Amino acid sequence: MTEHVDPDPEHTEAETRGVGLAPSVIGTAEAVGVAIGDTVPEDPEGKPDAKGKIGIGGWLAISWLGLIVALALLAPVLPLHDPLEQFSGLASSGPQTGHPLGTDALGRDMLSRVIWGSRASLAIGLGAITFGMLIGGFLGLVTGFFKGRVDAIVTPLMSLLLAIPQFVLALSLVTVLAASADVSDTRRILVVILGLGITTIPILGRITRANTFSWSEREFVTAAEAVGARKGRIMIRSVLPNVFPAMLSIAMLGVGLAMIAEGGLSVFGVGVQLPQPSWGNIIAEGRNQLRRAPHIVIFTSVVLFLTVLALNFLGDVISKRFDVREGQL
Amino acid sequence: MGLLRRLLQLIVTVVAVTFFSALLLQLLPGDPVEVLAPFSSEEQRDVIREDLGLDDPFVVRYAGWLGGFVTGDMGNYYTVSSKRPVSDRVADALPISLQLMIYSQLISLAFAIPVGVYAAARKGRIFDKFSNATAFAMLAIPNFALALLLQYFLGVKWQLFPTSGYTKITEDPSMHFQQMVLPCVTLAVGQFAVYMRLLRSDMIATLQQDFILLAKSKGMSSRRILFRHALRPSSLTLLTVAGLSVGTLIGGALIVEVLFQIPGMGLMLAEAIATRQMVAFQSLIAIVAILYVLVNFGVDLLYSALDPRIRHDRTR
Repeated sequence: MTEHVDPDPEHTEAETRGVGLAPSVIGTAEAVGVAIGDTVPEDPEGKPDAKGKIGIGGWLAISWLGLIVALALLAPVLPLHDPLEQFSGLASSGPQTGHPLGTDALGRDMLSRVIWGSRASLAIGLGAITFGMLIGGFLGLVTGFFKGRVDAIVTPLMSLLLAIPQFVLALSLVTVLAASADVSDTRRILVVILGLGITTIPILGRITRANTFSWSEREFVTAAEAVGARKGRIMIRSVLPNVFPAMLSIAMLGVGLAMIAEGGLSVFGVGVQLPQPSWGNIIAEGRNQLRRAPHIVIFTSVVLFLTVLALNFLGDVISKRFDVREGQL
Repeated sequence: MGLLRRLLQLIVTVVAVTFFSALLLQLLPGDPVEVLAPFSSEEQRDVIREDLGLDDPFVVRYAGWLGGFVTGDMGNYYTVSSKRPVSDRVADALPISLQLMIYSQLISLAFAIPVGVYAAARKGRIFDKFSNATAFAMLAIPNFALALLLQYFLGVKWQLFPTSGYTKITEDPSMHFQQMVLPCVTLAVGQFAVYMRLLRSDMIATLQQDFILLAKSKGMSSRRILFRHALRPSSLTLLTVAGLSVGTLIGGALIVEVLFQIPGMGLMLAEAIATRQMVAFQSLIAIVAILYVLVNFGVDLLYSALDPRIRHDRTR
């Protein structure tokens, strides 16, 4: 990877790395992916087997995510206060017995709200990326593999979607989709998932396309064609498994970024609606109590930060383990 | 040729983006006039309806808007009691947002370039490991959380900087910069991390090339090698990403403007969405899209200026 500029525009390094995209709040996925993925070529001094090992950091990340997911799933059976119950006389108070993370502005138990809030945040992060992966991944795979007319129609459309800064797009989509007055909590979460999911389609699509593009030029694909395998079969059986690690590593970043984006939407009051907690809206709402009760913002931010950090870390491990970068050359 | 194609691309993008956003807003339920002017009489409402072309079919209304936009008429921006041309408000808001973004971009590059270069030069040493780990962590910080934490620690607790507001640089330069510190740092942290890590890995690759070995063997100082010889070929990806990051910056600026009460495009856009000002919203989105495409156009020009090897039209 010492060569810097490939004269072929389709294969500029930036493109294969997925840089040729518009990063934004959500769209930062590729930029972050580029920054996170270590592009250091051969490391003469480094230990050769250090590459892609899960390591202590990786296990810590897995444990943290495991803990968060377990708490989210077990929230109904855990001995927690009701996240909506208001303890009178305890508004905005700091950590104390009975309320290890303190209470919020209305005297609701913060620990309970953070744990219950993880359900909405995780659902949104995973949901949005799954949606984007399914549609964007499919489009990217098809356009990258078949090229030609499909590519000529779909790819400009995706680029067009990228001409709107991602957060602006998500904000408009969610605002519009949730505009009707009686939107239930569940429906609201679905709307946020949909809005953020649509926003990630072009990003995941372009990354998948760029990867598919380079993989489908490889010898084993030509070989499969030569023995008469059907195109669709080659795409699914030969190309997809190779492209998948790159998609997965970006998806890991995407989950974190979608969770963050939900918080951004909450700042505008269109994320998950109060009193239903999500990490984003706890932080966004906590800003009104910043002077009196900074612990609301601080605790929730730390939890969100650690979760995103863990996701990024694992995304990095995946991309190294499967040699995502070199595989593209 | 490249320029012409770019221009065409710009126009198509802007038309498609605004058409799309117009269509999106069209889907909003409810009577927009109700939201725009809740206390108005029936005649006043008719005037607004007429002004917005609400009784026209969608395509006609869009065409009308497009014609106006091209000739500099961006429609009216309604507040509860009055209306002002959108272009007036944009003239106020756009420079503020640009300031915010330019400052952040400068701050992040000012730190990212030296740190990235030195980290690459001392690859594997403590400085490299530390800066790399820090940048990795920075990428995971949500911008709104960072904004609030900075507000709390640097603004409320230690009272180093004002927590919100905006002052024009011509009015009170010192106050202007003080108020800009926290929002700009909020935006710069994430950018710094992306740029620094990118530059570091590109620099490491460059430093392994033969011309660096040649420069070393000629006995050049390592500072000169790093900044004069290696930085330029290593900065190409950085430049592309810096251009594309304007999208991130716009999204971030939106949030930051709300949290720090800075009257820029973000706050205006948020307001336009909240009060369903279709015309204003469309105009704002169009401006944002044009800005974004223009920046990336500029990046492409710079790109070929920096690297003589690229003289072709980079298609994207």
